[in-house]
Amino acid sequence: MLEYRVEIALWAISGIIPFFMLNIWTNNNLNESINMSDLMLSRYFLCAFFVRQFSVVWVVFSFEEDSLMGKISPYLIQPLNPFFRYLAQHLAEQITRFPFALIIAFFFFIFNPESIWIPNLGILVLSIISTFLSFLIQFLIQSIVACLCFWTEKASSIERLLFIPTLFLSGLLAPVVSFPKYVKSWIYLTPFPYLIDFPANLLSGNETNISGGLSMQILWIFLLFPLFRKIWSKGTKKYTAMGS
Amino acid sequence: MVQNIIDVKNLSKSFDISSKEPGLKGTIRHFFRRQTKKLKVIKDISFEIKEGEIVGFLGANGAGKTTILKMLCGLIYPSEGSILVSGYLPFRRKENFLKNITLIMGQKQQLIWDLPPIESFYLNASIYDIDQFEAKKRIKKLSEMLEIDEELFIPVRKLSLGQRMKSELLAALIHEPNILFLDEPTLGLDINAQRNLRKFLQKYNKETNATICLTSHYMKDITSLCERVICVHEGSISYDGKLDQLLKKLSPVKEILIVCRSEDDATKLENFGFTVKNKIKNEITIKIENNNITSSLKTILNNFDIEDLFINEPPIDEIIGRVLIKKNYDF
Repeated sequence: MLEYRVEIALWAISGIIPFFMLNIWTNNNLNESINMSDLMLSRYFLCAFFVRQFSVVWVVFSFEEDSLMGKISPYLIQPLNPFFRYLAQHLAEQITRFPFALIIAFFFFIFNPESIWIPNLGILVLSIISTFLSFLIQFLIQSIVACLCFWTEKASSIERLLFIPTLFLSGLLAPVVSFPKYVKSWIYLTPFPYLIDFPANLLSGNETNISGGLSMQILWIFLLFPLFRKIWSKGTKKYTAMGS
Repeated sequence: MVQNIIDVKNLSKSFDISSKEPGLKGTIRHFFRRQTKKLKVIKDISFEIKEGEIVGFLGANGAGKTTILKMLCGLIYPSEGSILVSGYLPFRRKENFLKNITLIMGQKQQLIWDLPPIESFYLNASIYDIDQFEAKKRIKKLSEMLEIDEELFIPVRKLSLGQRMKSELLAALIHEPNILFLDEPTLGLDINAQRNLRKFLQKYNKETNATICLTSHYMKDITSLCERVICVHEGSISYDGKLDQLLKKLSPVKEILIVCRSEDDATKLENFGFTVKNKIKNEITIKIENNNITSSLKTILNNFDIEDLFINEPPIDEIIGRVLIKKNYDF
């Protein structure tokens, strides 16, 4: 069991990019240019860490392996779309990550006691909903890319193309507010800022358009879900059940 | 009258296959100008299977038998022709169809590797809308039939191949399907495990009247389970009919080893008019046609002083092996 515990701890630690970014931002006083205080920024990156912990998705890699090795064959002839299995795996992992994320947050507050704050219940509930919606958007995007396995056999390479905009435009490396106004207006039309930036701003209490953000998240889910269904339906016709 | 549960008409399946020459040059050429060709692996086959039948699909490696099973259960899409299984088009994967079938592949597993099989059983029960109480009852019944007990609570990765296969079978049968597609279910199992699995399948078929479509390279699986076989050769059906009829036709003679009391008797028997295969001292091996066995044995016993007698059935693997390399058997 020890190896499992270590693995879970490593999952949680592997998501600490926001803390590195916080360090870079504060050490270089970059926050002054975007009108964000040190306190706001540190809360933002802590929340970005939390949102990231509960919205990380790897379905494309699991599906690619299972599809190429023929492992999804038994699941395809069950009366449940195999993606529900992956969804359940992700949710189970999120629950497992939770205590480790709390421990990391605890240490963060020890080193940054001025950052301690308690969000009000309403904001907390909305943030949880928003984080879950962010997870669903990412899950759907990756599932769509994963379905390309039926044609390309190496869908994870396509996912890597998406990784770059996700990294830069989601708010993981920098709050979206730090981008030039013209670029920002374009970024908000993509799903990326609703993955980390919006839920992190919401949870940290920074100024954000709550109804607009939640609406955009729901809109993206409504756009992505039928697209996923269509690609899934076309893709399974191409499935050759290789390796089995 | 027993109804057809599987109806296949003019079924074909083609795959796009790409090929690459070895080495760096081949890799570069493959990257810029990939060459693919259409390979027709199933060629215009038709057959029907009745409810409750156990049918064995025989064929050499790559003959297309697994592809046929995959199309029958709806895993892959046919290129041409029609398939009707239990009144459904398999590829549409309608819920009621999927609740009626199961596919077991000897080399693939659906059990969750790091958890005990019991967890996978309850998960499958939920997927098939079976309530906890009913699931518990079914798990108990099937585990008794399969003779597994403690193994249910041990992580799958720690089970032996035989124990894992039995657990796979239990997971695949928890929804009590009417049609079983089994692709080499005894692959890699030891002789006892193979025999137990065969016994279980016979019992399951008898108790539930389930239809079983089976592929196996172990002839014992086929001979002990299947009355009917479909031989597949390069994507076409070379024989579809009773197994014993096929064996009779392909092996019309039996070899009889006779141990005479003396070498003189053996010499007399050698000159009696039978087809002699060989003679060593007082032992003589003769060939007799299947339909003359009784009368020929009567003649031998009446005319010669015999110490012992052995009737040798020709090895079934050898006979089936001959079928697998021939294109057509029309009896």
